[in-house]
Formats: sequence, structure tokens, C-alpha cells
Amino acid sequence: MKLDSKVPEGPLKDKWTNYKNNINLVNPANKRNIDVIVVGTGLAGGSASATLAELGYNVKAFCYQDSPRRAHSIAAQGGINAAKNYQGDGDSTYRLFYDTIKGGDYRSREANVYRLAEVSANIIDQCVAQGVPFARDYGGLLDNRSFGGVLVSRTFYAKGQTGQQLLLGAYSAMNRQIAKGKIEMFNRHEMLDVVVVDGKARGIIARNLVTGEIERHSAHAVVIATGGYGNVFFLSTNAMGSNVTASWKVHKRGALFANPCYTQIHPTCVPVHGTQQSKLTLMSESLRNDGRIWVPRKLEDAKAVREGKLKAKDIKEEDRDYYLERRYPSFGNLVPRDVASRAAKERCDEGYGVVNNDTNEGVFLDFASAIQRYGKQQAHLKGIHNPSADEIESLGKKVVESKYGNLFDMYKQITAENPYETAMKIYPAVHYTMGGVWVDYNLMTTVPGLYAIGEANFSDHGANRLGASALMQGLADGYFVLPYTIGDYLSADIRTGKISTDLPEFAEAEASVKSQIDTLINNKGIHSVDYFHKQLGLIMWNKVGMSRTTEGLKQAIEEIKALREAFWKEVKVPGTADELNQELEKAGRVADFLELGELFARDALEREESCGGHFREEHRTEDGEAKRDDVNFAFVSAWEYTGQPSEAILHKEELIFENVELKTRSYK
Amino acid sequence: MATEKGINITLKVWRQKNGQAKGALETYELKDVSPDNSFLEMMDILNDQIIMKDGSPVAFDHDCREGICGSCSMYINGEPHGPGRLVTTCQLHMREFKDGETIYVEPFRAKAFPIIKDLIVDRSALDRIQHAGGYISVNTSGNTQDANAIPIEKENADKAFDAATCIGCGACVAACKNASASLFMSAKISQYALLPQGQVEAKNRVLAMVKQAEEEGFGPCSNTGACEVECPKGISLENIARMNREYLSASLLTK
Ligand SMILES: Cc1cc2nc3c(=O)[nH]c(=O)nc-3n(C[C@H](O)[C@H](O)[C@H](O)COP(=O)(O)OP(=O)(O)OC[C@H]3O[C@@H](n4cnc5c(N)ncnc54)[C@H](O)[C@@H]3O)c2cc1C
Repeated sequence: MKLDSKVPEGPLKDKWTNYKNNINLVNPANKRNIDVIVVGTGLAGGSASATLAELGYNVKAFCYQDSPRRAHSIAAQGGINAAKNYQGDGDSTYRLFYDTIKGGDYRSREANVYRLAEVSANIIDQCVAQGVPFARDYGGLLDNRSFGGVLVSRTFYAKGQTGQQLLLGAYSAMNRQIAKGKIEMFNRHEMLDVVVVDGKARGIIARNLVTGEIERHSAHAVVIATGGYGNVFFLSTNAMGSNVTASWKVHKRGALFANPCYTQIHPTCVPVHGTQQSKLTLMSESLRNDGRIWVPRKLEDAKAVREGKLKAKDIKEEDRDYYLERRYPSFGNLVPRDVASRAAKERCDEGYGVVNNDTNEGVFLDFASAIQRYGKQQAHLKGIHNPSADEIESLGKKVVESKYGNLFDMYKQITAENPYETAMKIYPAVHYTMGGVWVDYNLMTTVPGLYAIGEANFSDHGANRLGASALMQGLADGYFVLPYTIGDYLSADIRTGKISTDLPEFAEAEASVKSQIDTLINNKGIHSVDYFHKQLGLIMWNKVGMSRTTEGLKQAIEEIKALREAFWKEVKVPGTADELNQELEKAGRVADFLELGELFARDALEREESCGGHFREEHRTEDGEAKRDDVNFAFVSAWEYTGQPSEAILHKEELIFENVELKTRSYK
Repeated sequence: MATEKGINITLKVWRQKNGQAKGALETYELKDVSPDNSFLEMMDILNDQIIMKDGSPVAFDHDCREGICGSCSMYINGEPHGPGRLVTTCQLHMREFKDGETIYVEPFRAKAFPIIKDLIVDRSALDRIQHAGGYISVNTSGNTQDANAIPIEKENADKAFDAATCIGCGACVAACKNASASLFMSAKISQYALLPQGQVEAKNRVLAMVKQAEEEGFGPCSNTGACEVECPKGISLENIARMNREYLSASLLTK
């Protein structure tokens, strides 16, 4: 199989415009005869469904929650990037493109990233027109904040609920089309397989999660917008139901899976508190605009903090190690996530961790100086001369509250500690997956008519995603890219007519879904689904997590294989197949994670370099930074399924950089 | 992250096999539950025990477990989302409960929210209210005017945002003796009424959404304010007042 990225000819900045001008379109009357299935209603799927329906296609949209508004995009906190240059700080399409390529450690495709930067400004315009209430300043204009890995302020936000507001925007656009009958919405439905007819994606098999019924749905094209697979680690910042099933099932039906090992471990999350914990909670990167990260400089202080004998605020300034500011003076607390996460791990591995859990893993994120700074500024603005320390503190806290109030509340609910009074404790956690289904410039997978958008694809973030770029990508794909590129493909389908669900391919896919469900339900096992999921998570975190070694990865592959065998023998799924059965839902998802995990480790083993979120201990510089190998590894790893996950065949898409020079990423 | 001693609790949980079946409270005992566990983690532990004893685990809606997706919907000790203000069920922690306490866990109840199974109810009526008018009619085009073309007074922008933070969980309905969806509806109506973009369709929107709510079987608002108290996002009653004004002027104008 030869991978063709279908990147158009011509200069980078003209590619997308020229391409749009030359692709085939479907006339409005014909669009009425064409059906498109969109699986997922997050930012990517929601925006795509709405736009495709506006264009005139008949859309069938699916999500596993009870409403499209609950897709996990809702949880995104910090913001969305766009090259608007409203702050006049020198931002431009090129700069956003460059930052994203560099942030991704030169492992993404130039043309895709440039297009993303190019449409970013439209996203903000579109969302504002929909009524998305972004934060504004007193002049009534849109406000911005900064995110990691960049030197401009280009992040638009709605307090700590940016994802919610953007998703509700897309949801409202969907609602308008649902009301018109252009979108048929299938809530509480889970896609369990894709149906490929004569080499083309022509439908899906879905389970109605309320009745248990297995349904066949046909269409002229299928779009996967099912989000990321971070839950392969069990504990992550993803929603409990986030899963890889749709992506994995299409992989098994011929879609290549790209860069599975590129995972983002986010530096600022609430640390693990115990073995019964079900998920981890993110504290948005936006907090690093104002929070300073540190650990005690002395081992004995760290120990005393862990034992509850010493408080952060009682540690003197000179006894604190603001290790990010120390190691990376030019970016300081705003280094990219991969860099910040490894630095936290490094300090904790050396014994400076401040949290009393099994592994002592945790560092401080401190707002005391920000509270002072804002307090003084406010006093000045309000004309208060000689403000008292209390006045400054209270004014400063108000500003911090207005910026991050909901995050502080969330922290307090989880930990029972008040972050306005005492430094937060945070630690890295699995957050986002840059890898995903391989797609070409059109966002089409290697199966014709099958598309993947949003976090489910691999396309734009290389080996590390910059903060506030996932929301941008999801909406770019759904509002502005896919609706064009899919037309080019569908223009050949105007005379096809309805696709019948009686075709043998539908029967075969349905039978395979049913057989897996039967096996799970009838297995007289001894352990719950979570038992296996937690074990998989531990293997992944310890051996395929923040730092990886040849030895560890080889072990992980063997351990996952063994665990998968045990799962199929010993898993216990209560209830029946023809009812609402949440354990059955989980079992299917974990079965797929158990396969993905193995490919993930294989991919990490194969990539003999460190880049972005992928850190191999064998490949680092003298001062412990990641060491990339551009000569041998400037390619996308795209895996073809052959039966055993780790025996997949590797296809390489060479990455060609014509517009940026490959450099060692430095944030010093 | 203090590790305190575990507590013992008795749970009375609503069990109902499906929409047609009759339901009842069942009693479960849980020992040594860590106060650091979230309420839903406690439910996970309960379910693990039930599964190991070959029982049928308690079905409940949940997803993000950080208070934003609006999936979780339990009526705990007589309150939607349980004790405490401004929290969803998933953010509730066991440290809010005492050793030896009996905890009642029921579904959100309302005529418009039929029970699907155990603690899971069907809230699609809320979606249908949004279909009726919860949007601004603008196509995706890439040619919309520049986002900064219309400045919006910060105060209005902030209020619109506050209204827009509704998570659509339905606690307001469950808290209301009339099972009214007014707070839910008014949040969307206010958000758009406060923004210039939303004004063009304001009249039709409020009329259509209110009509749909009636058809779904949600009751009228009698201003007791229970919804505001139980709303995990602190959506203010002011929004209902604004909706009523919008409704009144829209009805007068269309007469
Ligand atoms: C806590 C948190 C905070 C974040 N903050 C930011 C931020 O500030 N800025 C930023 O840019 N990014 C942020 N991200 C990342 C970003 O939110 C996600 O990458 C992005 O929202 C993913 O959108 P999506 O549309 O691809 O998928 P999702 O929003 O995850 O949607 C997936 C959809 O697929 C459906 N689905 C899944 N599987 C199936 C199936 N088998 N059958 C049917 N339906 C299925 C689900 O029901 C859902 O509708 C954050 C992520 C997290 C977890």
C-alpha cells in the first residue's frame, strides 16, 4: 500500500484556496439524495453534522450520551487559538502555523497545519455569530490569554468553560438542523463496526444502548468524530465513556492507525488520591499564565510537606525551586506540556514531590505572586494609595477568581483545600492523544468514503499538541474543511441512490458485532471489566507513559497480550444483551483498548528517538532533553492491521518540510 | 488529600428494571468508604460488590465526572445532586456524609423525564425544547463578519455567559414541585436576548420554546425559587424574569 497524502501542489499559502477552487462540487439538488453518517457530536462531529446539513446533505448523527451536548468537548476549559492578532503582538497565520509545527516537534504535515492556521480566524467569527459568549474586555472587544509554547496572546476563552460554550454553539447549530429534519439524531447509540462495500465505507452497525438492539445504518460516506483514546491508561482527564472503539473497528476494517504512541501527558492535573479513583481532573493550562510551579529546594522540606508538618507558604522564597523558570528562562512556566510534564516527573523522581500518595507525585502551582501583582494593579486602578496587605490580597483574589473561579472551585471540591489560601498541588496526567486514524489532506482514511476528524484523527499536532489547539482543530475540521473535501468524493455518488442495508456486507458486520456481544455476555468470568481496565492502565502508565525504554516496552507488549487473554477467559459481564447494560458497554470498549495498547507499545518501541510526548530514555541529550532523530524518523508511522495488534505492518509517510527549517526545539 | 478514616454507610437505592417495571428502594451496606472518594466512585464500589455477588449493578448516567457534561442526575437525600450548593452529583464527595448515615438515592423525577432504568431517566424533552428555538440562524460560511465588528458591553457579555453555563442536567426540573423547565429554558433565552446577534429571532424563540415545554409536560413556574437553590451552576432566577418579559412582549406583539 502506498500512502498518498494528497497534499495539493503550489506554494504553502495558496494550497487550500487553489484546492477549494478546483475540487468537484455536488449541486444542491443532488445533495438531497446523499446521506452522510457522522459518528460523534463533539466539536468535530457536531460542527460537521450541522454544516453538512446546512449544505443540504441528509445527516445521521450518533453519540453514546443521552444528548449531543454532552460530548467530551464540553469539558475543555482553557481556550481556543486563532491567528486574529487582536492584541497587535505580531501574530499571523504563519506564526500560528510555525508555532504548531514546532510545538509538534516537527512530526506533522506542513500543509494540514497551515490550513488549520488559515481557517482559525473564521472559527472565532463563526462562533461569535452563533452567540458564543467569549470573554470580553471593558471596551466590549474580545479578550485573549496566552498558552504554553508560544510568545503571543492568541487564545480566546470563556472563563474556564471554553469547550462548553463552543460545543453548545455547535449543538445549537445542530438543533436548528434537527428541527428542519436535516439531521436525524441517534442519542444513546454506540457504533460497533463500519460496513465496507466494494471497498467503500457505506454504513455502520450501532447498538441502541437503551434496548440493546443492533441496528444497520447506511450512507454514502461515514465520518468518525469519536474523540481520543487516552482512557487506554484507565486514569485520564477524559470522560468515563471516551473510547477507541470506533477508531479501532475502522482500523480492523482497513483504515491505517497513525502514531498511536503520541500521547499528551498534561502537566497540571489534580494528583491521584487512591486506588479507587475513577478519573483525573485537569486544571487548565491557562493557570500557568499566572500560577508559578515549584517544589522545595531541600529534600527535608519536601518530606515535611508530605507528612503534613510544613505548609507551602511557610517555605521561604530562597528555599523554593521554581524549576521551570530555572531551566527554561525564556518560556518559564509556559513551556509546552511535554516539557513541563517531564520536568515535574524529574523533580518527583529525585524525591522533591509534595503529595502524600503512593508515589509522592505532586508539585506546587502557586498563585500567591499573581494575587499580589493583581492586587497592587487593582489598588492603583482604583486610586487606593498605600493599600494595606489585606486590601491587596482581597483585590488580587477577586481578579484571580474572575479569571479562574470555576477551576478553583473544582479543585476545592476534589481536594477540600482552598487554592486561594494555599498553593495547589498538581501532577501530570494523560490528557490527549495526538495519534489516531491516518487521514490524507481531505481527512479521508485509507478506506474510501471513510473520514476521520477531530481528536480521532492524527492530522495536525505531530508529536505534541499545543494548548488550545484541539478545539481549533475540531472546529476547523468540522466547520471549514470536511464539508468541502467530502463534496469532492460524494460528487461521484449522485446517481448511486440509497444504499441498501440488506447487502451481505451489512449482515456480515452485524453478525460479527453480535458474536462479540454473545461471547462477553455468556462468559462465566470471575473479574469485573474495571479489574482488567485498571491493570491495563497500570502497564501503560508505568511502561508506556512519560518515559519509555526498550526493555519496558517489550515487557508491556507481552503483559498486554497476556492480560487480553485473561480478559477473554475471565471477564464477567452481568445482565443480558437486550437491555440497557453499562457493563457490557464498558466490556466492549476495554476489549478494544486491550488491542490498541499493544499496538501503542509497539509503535513506541519502533520509534527510536524522543520527540514531543514520546520520550525514550535511550534518546536524550546530556541535560536530559528529548533528542530527535530527523534523519531516520521524520515520518508518520501508519499501521496496517493484520490480525495481531503488534504484528501490524508499518507504512511510513515521509514528512517533507519545505517551509520551516527543522531545529532542535528549545524553550530555554 | 488528607487520608481520613473510612466511613460505613447504608444506601437505599431506587431499582427499576425498565420503564414499564415497578420500582422500589433496595438497601445496601458499604463499609470503610474513603471520604476522599467521590459519590460516583462510591457507586462504582457498590456496583463492583454487586457484580461479584452475581447481581445486577445499579445503572446511572455519568460521563465527564467533573461537573460539566450534565449527565449525572441523582436525587440524593431529597435533593437533586445531593447536599451542598453548586455541585453536581459527580463532584459530591463522601466527606459530606457521616459515619453510619443512611443515604437515599433516587432518579430525577418528573412527568417529562420517564425512567429508563434504575437512576437513568430520559431527558430528551430538554433537547426538544432547544430544537424549537435554541439557536441563532446563521450558516457556516467563512464569510461572517469579523468577531470584533460589534463590541458587546462587558456587563451583558458576562451575564450572557453566566446564563450560558447551564449544563442541561435537569436538576431545576427535579427540584420544582411543578416540574417546570423554566430555569433551563430561560438560561438559553437570556443568553441570546442579551446579545445583539440573538435579537433578530428573539420573539419567535421565546414563543416556540415555551410552547414546546408545555407540550412536553413540564409544569408552570410558580416562583418558589427551588430551582435556583439546587442548580449546580448557579443559574439565576433573574433569567426567568427576563424570559417572562420577553414572552410578554412577544405575545403582545404577535396578537
Ligand atoms: C479536561 C479537558 C480539557 C481540555 N481543554 C482544552 C482546551 O482548553 N483547549 C483545547 O484546544 N483543547 C482542550 N482539550 C482537548 C479537546 O477538548 C478535545 O481534544 C476535543 O474536544 C475533542 O473533540 P472531538 O470532537 O474530537 O471529540 P469528543 O468531544 O470527545 O466527542 C466524541 C464524540 O464521539 C461520540 N462517540 C465516541 N465513541 C462513539 C461510538 N463508538 N459510537 C457513537 N458515538 C461515539 C461521543 O458520544 C461524543 O459525541 C481538553 C480536553 C480535556 C479532556
